[in-house]
Formats: sequence, C-alpha cells, structure tokens
Amino acid sequence: MNYDKHVSDVVKNIRPSGIRKFFDVAAMYKDVISLGVGEPDFVTPWEAREAAVQSIRKGITQYTSNSGLLQLREAVSRYIDLHFGVKYDPKDEIVMTVGASEAIYLAVRTLANAGDEVIIPEPSYVSYAPGVAFCDAVPVIAPCRVEDNFTLTAEALESVITPRTKALILPFPNNPTGAIMNREQLESIATVIKKHDIIVISDEIYAELTYGDERHVSIASLDGMRERTVLINGFSKAFAMTGWRLGYVCAPRELEKQMLKIHQYIIMCAPTAAQYAALNALNTAFEDNFAAVEEMRSQYDIRRRFLVKRLNDMKLTCFEPRGAFYVFPCVSVTGLDGEQFAEELLADQKVAVVPGGAFGESGKNFIRISYAYSLENLKKATDRIEVFLKKKGVL
Amino acid sequence: MDKKDKQIIAILREDSRFTTAQIAAMSGLDEEDVKARIAAMEQAGIIAKYTVLCNTEKMDSDAVTALIEVKVTPQMRDGFDAIAREIYKFDEVKDVYLMSGSYDLTVIVEGKNLREVSRFVTERLSVLKDVTSTATHFILKKYKAEGVVLEKCDEIKREEIV
Repeated sequence: MNYDKHVSDVVKNIRPSGIRKFFDVAAMYKDVISLGVGEPDFVTPWEAREAAVQSIRKGITQYTSNSGLLQLREAVSRYIDLHFGVKYDPKDEIVMTVGASEAIYLAVRTLANAGDEVIIPEPSYVSYAPGVAFCDAVPVIAPCRVEDNFTLTAEALESVITPRTKALILPFPNNPTGAIMNREQLESIATVIKKHDIIVISDEIYAELTYGDERHVSIASLDGMRERTVLINGFSKAFAMTGWRLGYVCAPRELEKQMLKIHQYIIMCAPTAAQYAALNALNTAFEDNFAAVEEMRSQYDIRRRFLVKRLNDMKLTCFEPRGAFYVFPCVSVTGLDGEQFAEELLADQKVAVVPGGAFGESGKNFIRISYAYSLENLKKATDRIEVFLKKKGVL
Repeated sequence: MDKKDKQIIAILREDSRFTTAQIAAMSGLDEEDVKARIAAMEQAGIIAKYTVLCNTEKMDSDAVTALIEVKVTPQMRDGFDAIAREIYKFDEVKDVYLMSGSYDLTVIVEGKNLREVSRFVTERLSVLKDVTSTATHFILKKYKAEGVVLEKCDEIKREEIV
C-alpha cells in the first residue's frame, strides 16, 4: 500500500531527530562509551519514589484535575516564587504537563496561527522547530554565536523579527551549549520583546543546574515581562525524574485558560503517581533546603570543570558552560566538522558524542558532550579522545 | 578542613590517580594550593594512605575475610583503648572498630585460607585476657565495597532519545 498520500505533508516533511539517527549507528558498535545521553545519571530521590509507590498502594490511581493536583500546583507556585521571584496563582495560572515537552507544544499551539513566525535561537534542543512546524507556523532561526558565549543578543533577535513574529522560544540554560543568560543580557532582549509586542516561551528546564556564583534568572521576573512570558519548567533535570514525564507551564491566567483547553482534550491530565512523586520531591526540598539538588549540582560541577580543562588542553576549545550538563567544544582544529568528527571518533575509538549540527546549522563545527556520566567514564572517554586527536596529528 | 579540602578528599576518594592539575581544575583552585592542601592533609593524618580497591573474587586465591564480633572487659583507666591496641597489632587484623550495641569491637581479619583465620581466632584472639567472647562471621561474597559495585548486575540502560 502506498501510504504517501495518506500521511499529512506537515508530518512527512519533518526530519527525524539527528541525535536519534546517530545513536542508531552507535548501537552497532560494541564497548562504546557514550557521552550522548541528555538525562541525569542520578536516580530520583528515594523519598519521591516511595511516595509514588505509596500512592499506588493506596489505590490513588484515578485522574487528577486537568491542571494537576492542587497541592502540587501550590508547591510549584511556592517554588517558582522562592527561586525565581515570580508569583503564579496555583488555582488558574499553573498546569502540570506531560514533561516540559508538552508544555512547549501547548504554548506554541496556543500562540501561533498558521503562517505566524516563532523565533528559535540556535543551537538549541531539537524539538522546537518541529513543534512549531506541527502548528503550521514558521520556525525562524536566530543564530547564537560562540563569540557571544552562545547567548541571544538583542541585535540577533531584532534582525529576525517581522510583522508576522508571534513568539520567541528562549532556551536557557541551554542544551546543547550550556550557555546561560544573566539579568543584564535578558534585560537587553526584553526591551526588544516589549517593543515588538511578542510573547516569550521560556524553557527553563535546566534552571536548577547553573554553576558558579550566578543563579538562573527567569525572564518572567524582569519588569513588565511576567505578562508576556510563558514559563516552562519541570522535574526531569532538577530532581532526576525524566522517566516520570512531569513538567509544568506557568502563565497569566488569560493564556493559561487557552492552553488548558488543548491539554484537557489531548492529554486529560499528567500521570497521577508521577504527581505524587513530584509533590514529595518538592516538599522534601523545602524542608532540607534542596539538599538533593545541591548534591547533584556539586557533582555535575566537578565533572564540568574536569571536562572543560581536559578538552581545552587537547585543543578542543570550549567556552566555559555555566548551565545544564553539556560542554560544547569546537572541533575545527581537526579539519573535520562536528558530524565527521563524531563519526570518525565513534569508528576509531568507540566514543559516542553528538554532532553539534543536530542542534542547528550554527552548531555544525561543534560536538555536544554530556557530563551526566561518572567521572570514571569521562576520564576513560577523554583518554580515548586524546588518542584520536594524536592520530589526527592535532596533538 | 574547609569546603575545598572536603572537595579534594571527595575527588581523591573517587580516584586517587587524578593529577594535582586535574584536581585544581575540578575544584577551581590553583595547582600550588591543591598541592599544599594535600600535603597538609597528609601531614595531619587526614589522608592516611593511597591504596587500591581489588575485587578479590576475581583474584585466583583462597584468601578469606572474617568479621568478628568481640566482647571484652573494659579496663579501669583505658576503657577499650588498651585491648583494641592489643588486637590491632596483629598483622592479620585489617580493621578494628569500637561499636555501640550488643558487642564491643568489630575486628576484620584476613587470612590466606579458612584455617588460618580459624587458628587466629582460637589461638590468638579469644585467649587474650580481656576478651570474654567472640563470634566469627566469614564473608561469603562482596557485592559492593567502598561504594563500588563489584558484581555484574543489570545496569540501568539510558537511551539516547531525541
């Protein structure tokens, strides 16, 4: 049967993820050390897991309200206020979603008409552009340059805004570059955003993972920005809860009301057991001052520092990433682009890294290395990379 | 000991073969500072030894390890210290801990084989004047030691998703 005429053009035209493609190849080799995974190597805190088990044992297996458990929304509200200084009413300004991924889709779907433009800074997470295309909207790329530490500058933003621009997706701390944007940098793009009257979809899933003295600043906390921001976060990275699929979207009630309709019809509600786990994770964190998060952050930080030095010493120059759990070194010194580098490294040394081009054209001379791996693995993998670079005559 | 010293210890406990340059990068200190701190901690006996963790299961040997619960009569002035010292001076003894609970000392003994350990307990340990009783437990298998899982088991596989 020819399915071609049966499948919609929008879906047909979307390319499968570049990361996925690469790892299908990696799976064919034996003894590969992978530095490719974008999820924590920690497991969900024990108490949170236990809370989910308890909820199941008690038979709490029904739907929750569409927006999610009220107690959980209250805890999220308290958390967002405590850490980022933005207030959302738990009653009608927070919706619990199936991961931050759903939240991004809800936001784009709610804001963009067919043909509207949504700006996406690159390099960035692979799902934004397809998500925009699914809504028949047009993804418009705003390149971030290594010279600007991969931040989005006001000029870069201004230059891609048109009368059809509806929204900006703001992905910081950033996957894959590890870049963050500080208050001053956010202020400068906020001016442009206000001037052109557009909405920001701020993906802050890595908000808890910033290093050094600067903590994450939410653009929603800036003067006059709460009203034009859809703030997205979740439990995956901060509490090592990727498989639970639990995120949330916070926005002014007029927007939240619209997003809730989509969520209501296509999802119903986020998984109940996951919500109980998350509620416990947050309540425990309030009590012990986010000890589990702090512990993970300090572990990631040691690995981050190890990698940045090791890679720079090997002439794979990388700017110092201040967030998430990735480093994004440039591989131009080898004369290869990111994709060739990743392929040859895999074949020669059995180390899997992700070609930067998977995250957009501006990343094509880079590779993404995840440090959601033990130091032991990072040490072994970088030793192998050193052998590879010696063979290439770089060292 | 400050926070940075603790961080250095954490890194060395993970892998004591990290170079001082690597430790400096990881902890955000100068290499000279790292060297000085390590030297000071060695001097102070905080760092007592650099060693290697072996998976003895994989070594072709009959060596056995026993955990011995020892009850003793504490001494008037020294409490448990005198008897603990008497016990730890034996080369066979690897660890001696003073315990709370139903017995007094945990003594970990390593021997070339079962008989050697048995002889140590019956002929040397239990005959000490202040030892009132011993209970010897042979270690059959080590699943995890020093935070390292030694046996092969099902690893949690993380998938590269998108």
